Amino acid sequence: MIRFVLRRLLWAIPTLLLVTFLVYCAIRIGTDPVQSYKRANSRLTAKKIAEFKEINGLYEGFGGYVRGYFQWLKGFLTGDWSKSIFRNGDVWPVLKNALANTLVLGITASTLGIIIGNALGVFAALRPGRLRDTAVNSAALVGLSIPPFVSAIILQLVFAIYWQRWFGGGSLFPTSGVYPPGHSGFDLFLRIKHMVLPVTVVAIQTIAVYSRYMRASLLDVMNSEYLRTARSKGVSERRVLVRHALRNALIPVTTLAFLEVGSIVGGLIITENLFEYPGMGRYFLNAYSSGDFPQLMPWMVIIVASVIVFNLLADIVYAFLDPRIRLD
Amino acid sequence: MIAADELVGITVASVSPRKQAYLRFKEHKAAVGSVFVLTVLVLAVLLTPLTARYGVNEPVIDIKVAKNQFLPPRSEAWFGTDDIGRDIYSRLLYGVRVSLLIGLASAIISVVIGVAVGAIAGLKGGLFDDIMMRVTDIFLAFPILVSLLVMRNVLGAISWMKPIIGELSSVRFLIFLFAIFGWMGVARVVRAQVLSMREREFIEASRAIGAKNGHIIIRHMLPNSVGPILVALSLSVVGAIISESTLSLFGYGPNVGAGSTSLGLLVGGSAKAARAGYWWLVVFPFAALLIITLCISFIGDGLRDATEPKASGGRA
Repeated sequence: MIRFVLRRLLWAIPTLLLVTFLVYCAIRIGTDPVQSYKRANSRLTAKKIAEFKEINGLYEGFGGYVRGYFQWLKGFLTGDWSKSIFRNGDVWPVLKNALANTLVLGITASTLGIIIGNALGVFAALRPGRLRDTAVNSAALVGLSIPPFVSAIILQLVFAIYWQRWFGGGSLFPTSGVYPPGHSGFDLFLRIKHMVLPVTVVAIQTIAVYSRYMRASLLDVMNSEYLRTARSKGVSERRVLVRHALRNALIPVTTLAFLEVGSIVGGLIITENLFEYPGMGRYFLNAYSSGDFPQLMPWMVIIVASVIVFNLLADIVYAFLDPRIRLD
Repeated sequence: MIAADELVGITVASVSPRKQAYLRFKEHKAAVGSVFVLTVLVLAVLLTPLTARYGVNEPVIDIKVAKNQFLPPRSEAWFGTDDIGRDIYSRLLYGVRVSLLIGLASAIISVVIGVAVGAIAGLKGGLFDDIMMRVTDIFLAFPILVSLLVMRNVLGAISWMKPIIGELSSVRFLIFLFAIFGWMGVARVVRAQVLSMREREFIEASRAIGAKNGHIIIRHMLPNSVGPILVALSLSVVGAIISESTLSLFGYGPNVGAGSTSLGLLVGGSAKAARAGYWWLVVFPFAALLIITLCISFIGDGLRDATEPKASGGRA
């Protein structure tokens, strides 16, 4: 087990280096940092531009890219991050806030989605082929087919805009931000009110995924021989379900949950932007549209690292929960 | 000469696998219904001279006669009008045409590349296989929107590709952009198919009589993978249509010129329209998008059930 983890960790490092190098090249080609610098500051002298290139390691040619990458990497690892081109400030405080906001949204939505989705999946799998099974399964299929922006905009239309017209007063749920404009300090009630709609949008997708996955997983276990053995021993149906079936059915679901957590960090871009939620997704689109290279790179690293780390965790958890899995 | 089954007194009606698949597909009600809906839609979109009520940029009512902006649905404009008085119903017909073209064209390119790469990777294995799998892994590590936006910039910055893929955000450009992501799904499916068939007896038999790899792929493996490939094709059409809408929503949609529009662009305008409370500018484009994507998904689902009866749990 320990050997497996160590080997995977050792593999993760070159993977991370290679991927970040490719991302570095892609972003430098795609959003030319020198051009962005020129757009941000009019009346630049040639000396200023050369200085900017030197500081950020923006050398030309393939060798220059490699050299620039290592210069960037050294700065990144030692905490000496280059400043944002457009805001001309440090990147980390902004990125940290965005990350925290996204984690709050993502973890709330995933927790709700996983609980409700699994409950629905079990509910459906207990009577396969019957009405409740068909209903849950079809609803999940529809939920999966609806892109998040459709549910987001429809929810805004109904609960914010038309709510006012139909019932008077303000809108039921606000459609943007985490607090009303001008608000300062922490307020749990306001915060929850602002998060209802975005959480719903994300949770719809999660519920759809997990209800189908849990249903399939539980049905798989229900047909297994060891359940028949347990029943024939005279174990009560309730105990068969809870002790034998559910525990085994949860193994693949847990793995999926770990993979999902890894993709939360960058996976809420559409929802965040439609609700003007100041998270990682909004951070990315702002940096992307202005071509802000120093802001984009750390974002990318966080995304890749979280996917790699949680993939590894998912493998470890899977092996830990299911003794049939051998790691060598 | 008497056939063997006649000799023992049983007659067995032989049904070809293709016929069996067709019969199974007919059982899938949602898929058959989707084929019908999609056919009607495609006809309506192709026959715009008959079906559309106004031109792309033609106002419903002359602005000098009466106000024509943001009219809710009414007899002159079934789906209402937009900010400069154009008929949403007609614009949807023109827009769906462009978006279906983007979806189909990019999916076909994806399938051609994906089948070639997947088949070679599956059959040859080795370094090529490793590289292909790692490349797709890397793309999968990022949210699709991030990959699309980053690759969009990269493609736009490579000047020598401009004659092939066109200007940034042109329809042709988007087709190639979506194809870059579409082929990976197809390649994985084909690779898995090839791997599962590689050691089967009929392939071994073919190899024993001297068939070359190319022959084996084209004559044996691809005909046996038609089902999964069609499913992958339907997935990449849906993926491209939704991607187009998503990009448009954030202002990176297709640049179709003044005389045209696309479903993505109409969907993309919905976020602003929703805040202003113009529900018809939201509901109708969304409905068109959902009808198209759901129909294609159902057809893909039906095709999978029809060609791989085992995959649906043996119930089909």
